[in-house]
Amino acid sequence: MSVQEKDNHAFVVQDCALAAIATGQRAHDLRELRDKLLVIDAGSIYYHFWGGLLRPRFDDPEYHNDFAIWARYGLEDAILAERLGVIDPTDFVETESLREQVVAVTEERLDESEQIPAAKPDNPFYFVRSQIVVFDTHARIEYPEELVDAIPFMSVGSIFFHFVDARRRTPTGEDDFRPWLRTCFQGFEDLCEMLGKVDPFFSGLTALRKRLTDVLSSYFGK
Amino acid sequence: MSSLLQTYSAIAGEDVVNQLCQLARLVENRRVVHVNSTRQGGGVAEILTKLVPLMQELGIETSWEVITGNHDFYQCTKSFHNALQGNKVDISDALLKAYERTNRRTADELGPLLEDADVVFIHDPQPAPLFSYLPKRKGKWIWRCHIDLSQPYRPVWKYLGKFVVDYDASIFSLSDFAQALPHPQYLIPPSIDPLSEKNMELEETEVLAAYRLFGLDPDRPLIVQISRFDRFKDPIGVVQAFKLAKRYVPDLQLVLAGGGASDDPEGEIVRREVEAFSEGLEDVHILELPSDAHRTINALQRAADVVLQKSVREGFGLTVTEAMWKGKPVIGGNTGGIRLQVINNHTGFLVNTPEGAALRVRYLLERPEKLREMGKKAVRFVRENFLLTRQLREYLTVIVALMHGCKDRIELG
Repeated sequence: MSVQEKDNHAFVVQDCALAAIATGQRAHDLRELRDKLLVIDAGSIYYHFWGGLLRPRFDDPEYHNDFAIWARYGLEDAILAERLGVIDPTDFVETESLREQVVAVTEERLDESEQIPAAKPDNPFYFVRSQIVVFDTHARIEYPEELVDAIPFMSVGSIFFHFVDARRRTPTGEDDFRPWLRTCFQGFEDLCEMLGKVDPFFSGLTALRKRLTDVLSSYFGK
Repeated sequence: MSSLLQTYSAIAGEDVVNQLCQLARLVENRRVVHVNSTRQGGGVAEILTKLVPLMQELGIETSWEVITGNHDFYQCTKSFHNALQGNKVDISDALLKAYERTNRRTADELGPLLEDADVVFIHDPQPAPLFSYLPKRKGKWIWRCHIDLSQPYRPVWKYLGKFVVDYDASIFSLSDFAQALPHPQYLIPPSIDPLSEKNMELEETEVLAAYRLFGLDPDRPLIVQISRFDRFKDPIGVVQAFKLAKRYVPDLQLVLAGGGASDDPEGEIVRREVEAFSEGLEDVHILELPSDAHRTINALQRAADVVLQKSVREGFGLTVTEAMWKGKPVIGGNTGGIRLQVINNHTGFLVNTPEGAALRVRYLLERPEKLREMGKKAVRFVRENFLLTRQLREYLTVIVALMHGCKDRIELG
């Protein structure tokens, strides 16, 4: 689904909603986590890295993926949590490469451990996958200036779709706004640079929407 | 936009309600039916009371039907409830027959409506067999389980599982509750209705009236736990925490309020244990509230400085959500759905012992600015994650997903 209208340059505002699905797979210790990671559906890797932004969770997370969170609070292994937490999913074009990286980090930690780190019986890691429904809001943005007024009224689903999910859809690993600005208009390099500096992983989607609004307001002097 | 949608828009946000309208358009002209076992009382009825009108206002043809039965039917379904939550309850063949008979009769009564519906939500075990008794059904059938199924009594789950195994999907509140079933098991946490009596804004006078009613002093710190008298809620641990904290905060008051003892034979026993344990302690108020005392609970939660939910085992813990919605930091047991809601140092504290709870009570009462800051974060967290509007969005997403197959990514024009 393109973010640019077929007949003109208008930006097509889309939205998305996520449904989480239990896979029935769980891990109680680090070795089990590694073993399951090797075979789990790729959709589950996606969910545990990206899905957190679209499901109930706190706005100011300490760790940015579910594996790191479980390492910290399930396995109580702060070192592993830090190593997993630093993995940036946008560095990996393919989910399979991302999976390999997570497996490599868990294997490295297994090699270092005298005993296999384990969680309490009531706190296993549950592998979840997701279905994402993407739909057209029928809202269109004709000119870059309109972004200032449009962004604050976008749902967090739209923010996720265009600013986060886009990074795994676009060949350049960017959000949807920058390629649109560069392709359809001239003279917005500064704005693209400012948008490129907004890191989506250190806040929730509501805060991210506010941050984008601030960047655009400051650029357009509104 | 209708007045109901406008009301939710004012609370949850215009963008949230607009998104619901967009999603609803994807299922317009579809007929949705919810079936549960009561129109009043209990969390499911409470949610459906608001969810159904909201779906209707979004333009989705939605109806709500109820299965009713005789004493044996309710005896059977009550036993199911206890067994699915882990109690070893053996159910007689006579009760199971009454259960199946009631479902067959209801299938006859509701047959045309349910067979024509595009989507049917069957809530909890009571109406689960309807699926099997309506072979001409044409829509998608979803079993919505609101019960903590993390450790079900296996013989009873084996019996009930045969009725839900062929559904198109099921929905559980947490990953822990999902079972081995051959269809998608969606995970949708429960939610609270901000407009219900239990959660609506109250006048200050009503909160002050609650202080007077229960002999509480509004000028002294108050900690509250609202829960059934159930050992899993650790009421004794709460009193222990109170005793430890009171050494440092001599003015401290505690309210332990529960209810519904009439349908929970153990509740009475546990309440007496707590009363015995608290004997001689000043400022401990153990309250037995009727099951419809929603405004009283609302007022007590608002009166509290800090709310506790020191469970040692918990399903989701909607009392935590309710307290957070009222701007209260929660000191919660490190278990189940409480972990989803209580974020250490942000919306409250997770604790494992009465000692831990006492320490956090003292900390929050000593640091009122921190208490207020955490309360504000708690309200925002609930607004963004645990209101009815979020649950409805997820239901609509599941409907759309089921209508378009099991693909990971469904892109619609």
